[in-house]
Amino acid sequence: MTNLASKRERPLSPFMIGPHYRPQLTSMTSIFHRITGVLLSLGALAMVGWLLAVAAGPDAYQHFANLASSWFGLAVGAGLIFAIVYHWLNGVRHLAWDVGVGLELGRAYASGWFVVGATAVLTVALVWLMLRGVAP
Amino acid sequence: MTHALRDPLKRARGLGAAKEGTSHFIAQRVSAIALAPLSIWFMVSAFSLLGGGYAEARVFLAQPFNAVLMAALVIALFHHAHLGLETVIEDYVHLRGLAFTLKIVVKFVAVLAVIASLFALVRIALGA
Repeated sequence: MTNLASKRERPLSPFMIGPHYRPQLTSMTSIFHRITGVLLSLGALAMVGWLLAVAAGPDAYQHFANLASSWFGLAVGAGLIFAIVYHWLNGVRHLAWDVGVGLELGRAYASGWFVVGATAVLTVALVWLMLRGVAP
Repeated sequence: MTHALRDPLKRARGLGAAKEGTSHFIAQRVSAIALAPLSIWFMVSAFSLLGGGYAEARVFLAQPFNAVLMAALVIALFHHAHLGLETVIEDYVHLRGLAFTLKIVVKFVAVLAVIASLFALVRIALGA
């Protein structure tokens, strides 16, 4: 890039989130896909911690179990359940788009609302199952 | 008319101007397809192990079927996470040095996480 080109103010299309666009279901489901993806990347490290704890023996496992069943651990678990349910459902939506299915505006909105609704229902159900599972 | 001006080889390769983005895009989708069933299997397994304690978790992971699927999950998951975090960094981190550093950190953490997981699975399987 030459100096001349970099000094000139080129018009840019505005970012989808910000003052230029009103929030839309399509842009919001997209950014949430990325946010939940980042959260799940961190959550994946907890899964590695679980594997290492099992490999290390009963004492290490007890430490992991205590942390996981603490108030903090259960809150993180609930957050990860939400993230994986949303990212899974919306990921299937993206894969459908990648093969050209459901790209029409009406269908994109319908699948978006389906993802939102199904995420809410499944998250509540799975968090309830988690709390029931760890309860003595 | 414009098509006639385009080199057929360029169309056949289908790589676009940057030459390498397509493989990144496709690897993201292929790992996603692998993760769709693997993540369901993991969730069902994790919920069945809830409240089960050390012995139950160890027996579960020592079974070859579970160990193989767990290894597949870990590899696909960190491959997918690595590709996704790279995209997020490239899109939102505009300081080139910071973006470069973050991408290296993400890569190293992802590779270490896979190695550590496979080591743990082997150790559990061999009963060491």
